[in-house]
Amino acid sequence: MIRVEGLTKRYPRTVAVDNISFSVNKGEIVGFLGPNGAGKTTTMRVLTCFMPPSEGMAEVAGYDVMRQSMEVKKRIGYLPETPPLYPEMAVREYLDFVGKLKGMDRAKLKPRIEEVAKRCHIDDVMPKLISKLSKGYRQRVGLAQAILHNPDVLILDEPTSGLDPKQILETRDLIRELAGEHTIILSTHILPEVEQTCEKVVIINKGKLVATDSVSNLTSRLRGSEAVELEVSGAPGVSEVHAGLAAVDGVASVVDKPARDGRLRFEVEGLPGRQIRPELARGVVNAGWNLHELHSLSFSLEEIFLQLTSADAAAPEAAAKVEGGVQ
Amino acid sequence: MSNIWVICRKELKSYFTSPIAYGLMAFFGFVAGYFFWAATAIFISRGMEMQMMGRGMPMDVNEWVVRPVLMNVSVIGLFLIPMITMRLFAEEKRSGTIELLITSPVRDWEIILGKWLAAVLMYGAILAVSALSVGLLFLYGQPDWRPLLTGYLGLLLQGACLLSIGTFISTTTKNQIVAGVGTFAVCLMLWVLDWITAFNTEAWAKVISYLSVVTHFEPFSKGVIDTKDVVFYLSMIFIGLFLSARSLESLRWRA
Repeated sequence: MIRVEGLTKRYPRTVAVDNISFSVNKGEIVGFLGPNGAGKTTTMRVLTCFMPPSEGMAEVAGYDVMRQSMEVKKRIGYLPETPPLYPEMAVREYLDFVGKLKGMDRAKLKPRIEEVAKRCHIDDVMPKLISKLSKGYRQRVGLAQAILHNPDVLILDEPTSGLDPKQILETRDLIRELAGEHTIILSTHILPEVEQTCEKVVIINKGKLVATDSVSNLTSRLRGSEAVELEVSGAPGVSEVHAGLAAVDGVASVVDKPARDGRLRFEVEGLPGRQIRPELARGVVNAGWNLHELHSLSFSLEEIFLQLTSADAAAPEAAAKVEGGVQ
Repeated sequence: MSNIWVICRKELKSYFTSPIAYGLMAFFGFVAGYFFWAATAIFISRGMEMQMMGRGMPMDVNEWVVRPVLMNVSVIGLFLIPMITMRLFAEEKRSGTIELLITSPVRDWEIILGKWLAAVLMYGAILAVSALSVGLLFLYGQPDWRPLLTGYLGLLLQGACLLSIGTFISTTTKNQIVAGVGTFAVCLMLWVLDWITAFNTEAWAKVISYLSVVTHFEPFSKGVIDTKDVVFYLSMIFIGLFLSARSLESLRWRA
């Protein structure tokens, strides 16, 4: 549905986006992840035909953004970082204007406005002036504007910024709901958002593509081996347990962690490709100690993100520190 | 075509839902009324003088009232133009709504034409207010309506030409005030350019004076529709709109 190849956007002094390529299939939700100023908004602006690329090509629904921009624009719904609202208009009047601007059929527009208003939970503010709305409502009116003409592709630049926790959950639900019928790209710097809503992640940093994969693949790709944290009590001393754990089949390394409430804690890493949890549990119980807790330390997207985006950071110690923290 | 109308209606609504439209109309109505009153008062006192001196020469209402009023209105119009055009694009650029317009399936020239058309209609509505007082003449006398009609046609053309320049200037900035001041400066310049021929009649001075919008308005106020004036106004409108289109396009390359 979306194909980007070798996309580069240069400004007089900087390169905002540097040779990015990725593709998105129909019906997918893709999270665009990156620190502020990474080039997320620029990439989205190229996809929405707001600005042309300096080099490379981008295709939406089979149409080139440069040569067939009218066709692309018809098929795209875009919510920029600041929702494009006219404060002097009432919400219904605004949606009516947007619908006409998108070339919607007048007869279909009216029922569609009511439908979209219900979906975005703005049906109670329809006659109000946009200038009188709270930030959360404005964001949702912006979202309603983007989905109004039922576009194939939705491009949402930080759709949950400025919302309260309840509204964030509602918006995420709405986005997930929309995924079946629309292909969605959303940008964010809130990591859990991507973990919760997206199937695929595109991570960019300083204009360069760092990684593009599914959330689960990224996690397993970065961590080849299993890491486990466990809590043990009833043992004679730290060193005995340490030695006992290290002796378990498949264990690569054992790190002591500070004890809590008299329970000894360890972080154990297995050899690549080995499942060590069952063996560890058996080992602890067979030694006659009490096993309080045993859980796998999964790589959170946050750690992946930090690792990937700081890998080429200027200060190597900083990168090493992050690496250490992750391990 | 329908896209132009959609944009135009949105602009007109925003003029008339804010105090701008009413403020401008009231101000203009007041000023035009004052000019009309002054011109009529002069006309009457001159008429009485003439009669006292025993020379009952018929005086032309058009010559004495309609023309001065039209000329003054044309100059005051110059001051209103920036207030009408300054927000057209500057405000959209500042608030980010320009992203909505540009990413919608609407062509650049449709956006520009829609906005400019709204500005022209707004200016027309303001002119209509001044027509009210001039209309009073018909109650008490028989002025020739034809020069009046050409005069208003000229005012509208002159306005449309300056509005297209104002539209262009508004595309170049995010700041309404900058757009307003810039447009005002250009309007003022285009007005005073013809003064140059008062002290210099060389060829270059004539060329510069030719660019003055007021020079081209004068024939209209006399009831003369000269093709060269119409062509001047139409080409200025075209230039203004063309520059706006280029500027809107460059916004994307630079943005």
